[in-house]
Amino acid sequence: MALVDIHNLTRIFDVSKPWLNRVVERREKSYLTAVSDVSFEIAERSVYALVGESGSGKSTIGKMLVGLLGPSSGAVEIRGIDLARESDAAKIDAVRRDIQMIFQDPFASLNPRWRVRDIIVEPVAARGGDTDGMAERLLEQVGLSARDAGKFPHEFSGGQRQRICIARALASEPKLIVCDEPTSALDVSVQAQVLNLMSDLKDTFGLTYLFISHDLTVVQHMADRIGVLYLGRLVEEADPDALFDDPKHPYSQMLLAAAPQLDSFGRDVPPPTGEIPDPINPPTGCAYHPRCPLAAEICSQKRPEMREIRGARVACHMAE
Amino acid sequence: MTPILSIRDLTVEIPTRHGILRPVSGVSYDIAAGEILGVVGESGAGKSMAGNAVIGLLSPPAHIAQGEIHVNGARIDHLEGDAMRRLRGKEIGMVFQDPLTSLNPLLRIGDQLTETMLAHLDISRSEADRRAVAALEEVGIPGAAERVGSYPHEFSGGMRQRVVIALALCAEPSLIIADEPTTALDVSVQAQIIALLKKLCRERGTAVMLITHDMGVIAEAADRVAVMYAGQLAELGPVRDVLTAPHHPYTDGLMGSTPLASRGKDRLHQIPGAMPRLDALPEGCAFHPRCPYVQDACRVSPGPRIEDGAGRAACLFPMTREAVA
Ligand SMILES: Nc1ncnc2c1ncn2[C@@H]1O[C@H](COP(=O)(O)OP(=O)(O)OP(=O)(O)O)[C@@H](O)[C@H]1O
Ligand SMILES: Nc1ncnc2c1ncn2[C@@H]1O[C@H](COP(=O)(O)OP(=O)(O)OP(=O)(O)O)[C@@H](O)[C@H]1O
Ligand code: SF4
Ligand code: SF4
Ligand SMILES: [Mg+2]
Ligand SMILES: [Mg+2]
Repeated sequence: MALVDIHNLTRIFDVSKPWLNRVVERREKSYLTAVSDVSFEIAERSVYALVGESGSGKSTIGKMLVGLLGPSSGAVEIRGIDLARESDAAKIDAVRRDIQMIFQDPFASLNPRWRVRDIIVEPVAARGGDTDGMAERLLEQVGLSARDAGKFPHEFSGGQRQRICIARALASEPKLIVCDEPTSALDVSVQAQVLNLMSDLKDTFGLTYLFISHDLTVVQHMADRIGVLYLGRLVEEADPDALFDDPKHPYSQMLLAAAPQLDSFGRDVPPPTGEIPDPINPPTGCAYHPRCPLAAEICSQKRPEMREIRGARVACHMAE
Repeated sequence: MTPILSIRDLTVEIPTRHGILRPVSGVSYDIAAGEILGVVGESGAGKSMAGNAVIGLLSPPAHIAQGEIHVNGARIDHLEGDAMRRLRGKEIGMVFQDPLTSLNPLLRIGDQLTETMLAHLDISRSEADRRAVAALEEVGIPGAAERVGSYPHEFSGGMRQRVVIALALCAEPSLIIADEPTTALDVSVQAQIIALLKKLCRERGTAVMLITHDMGVIAEAADRVAVMYAGQLAELGPVRDVLTAPHHPYTDGLMGSTPLASRGKDRLHQIPGAMPRLDALPEGCAFHPRCPYVQDACRVSPGPRIEDGAGRAACLFPMTREAVA
């Protein structure tokens, strides 16, 4: 059984103006569908990556997975337990303990007035667990020194702070870590250190990652399975080699062609056309149809279903 | 031929209570007409400081302490106030990461374009109006004739950056300084903006300083690349040579730590540690505590500096390899 089973997951935000403005301006309520009917599974001890451009719904899915946001419809099941519907508090608690999250900004996510030791053990201490020597041990595991436990966050560089965030996430011995752009704020040499560390920890502790990123090369390096999102919809899911060698969805094809490569000297490819549409009024049918070179009549009328194509799952009427 | 921009031994200093910091130290390079020079390096390497020194936008107490900057053969590093402002816009256009820093939120974009042109070019109001529409068309704003009447907030981030490029180019400057112009944008929009910059600069022979931390963008857009480390120039050379066969151990480490399709899932190469802070620069070569090839001499001598023409890397023991064709 997969560790995580996400099915028909949808999240709608009410983005209406305040009531009085609506009355005066005679406007309807407006809603933004940040995640729309997304289904996928994450196998135990694997790295599942979500890629997509800004606003495609990556973080919203991550937050629903850890329970920071509730779904509007559909469900997230972790080992068969649906956090939003489960009533047994003990089961909810056990699942919660198994999931941790690491955020993009290692500066914002550490309390500047706390010592590193207290930051790291906080999730465990809050449950009354034993934290003796825990911070020191974890600091060494993430490549820092036990002596760092007594220091404050401002004494560390960006990469070191992200290591502290990782140590904190590891404190409660999670099974699954949702990593939301964990290296986007870091320089490449530091990013390499953090990515290597994450790979090592995964092997050591048998972790599973949901790895959120907009950087295709990082995703290709880290992932076992990749989901591509566009306007809140999963448009393609495939193994890295299949996705990068043979992308099947026209949006994946565009994304891969647009990403600059280290060996693309003086490359002159025609850049992609169009822009990401307004998510409050998304295009009908396939959301990509106004920009898609393959678009046919059906594309603006009917939303494509997920289909299996050579080991990939693709939501496109035309892909083959 | 005289280069459009020539920087010689540029040093920027910031006096502090604990001593003088040098965010840019003895940097020299040229940019020729029609050439894109990529400036890369990690955060804090001094890329923006060097760019800001050229356009006279250093915020005090940072100041140019040494060296010379020439644009089209004229020395500009001592210019102040109005003289500098005239030069910006006329000779030098600017594109920053956040397009809103370059746009006036209260002015229609057409007016911003015409004002800039009228300030720097000897043309009539109606000619400026005509050129404003043409400039927006050129950068790919759909419905340019109507959009001249729109305000900056009515555009998406990518469209705003196009407007900024139109604004930077409208007075026909000979040099563009683009500081992380696509860092805040999605990859598909980034590809559009980079293609646009390349096309316009090639057509007009504009020299471009393209500051970015993204090696992929450099590979795709730049003709030559300058690699900065701790305020100094570590390596300078043709982009293909520097990226495929680095001479400086730092460049080599940077390339190794970048995930690459062809490397698959192998462990990434790691440079140990992090770039030193300006108030704690090591003696000798600034890279020596992290360098796998360090020798005793590196700990005392800062190594050779790169002057144009001589050597590619500021390293006592450069790696000598052939570029991949
Ligand atoms: N609390 C909220 N209220 C209203 N709209 C929201 C809220 N959170 C997210 N959204 C919208 O939902 C969509 C998806 O946002 P999300 O943050 O999940 O995207 P993302 O893929 O993580 O993007 P990024 O790469 O920029 O982080 C966006 O259009 C966003 O504006
Ligand atoms: N007022 C100041 N006082 C002290 N140090 C400063 C000041 N302003 C900038 N610095 C330092 O100058 C150095 C150079 O900064 P600069 O902005 O040029 O870096 P950069 O290469 O553009 O980095 P990034 O990629 O983050 O934009 C940094 O180490 C920065 O901390
Ligand atoms: S369904 Fe149609 S519009 Fe959508 S990606 Fe496929 S071909 Fe293009
Ligand atoms: S001078 Fe020495 S320490 Fe510095 S980069 Fe070269 S070999 Fe390494
Ligand atoms: Mg996000
Ligand atoms: Mg900068």
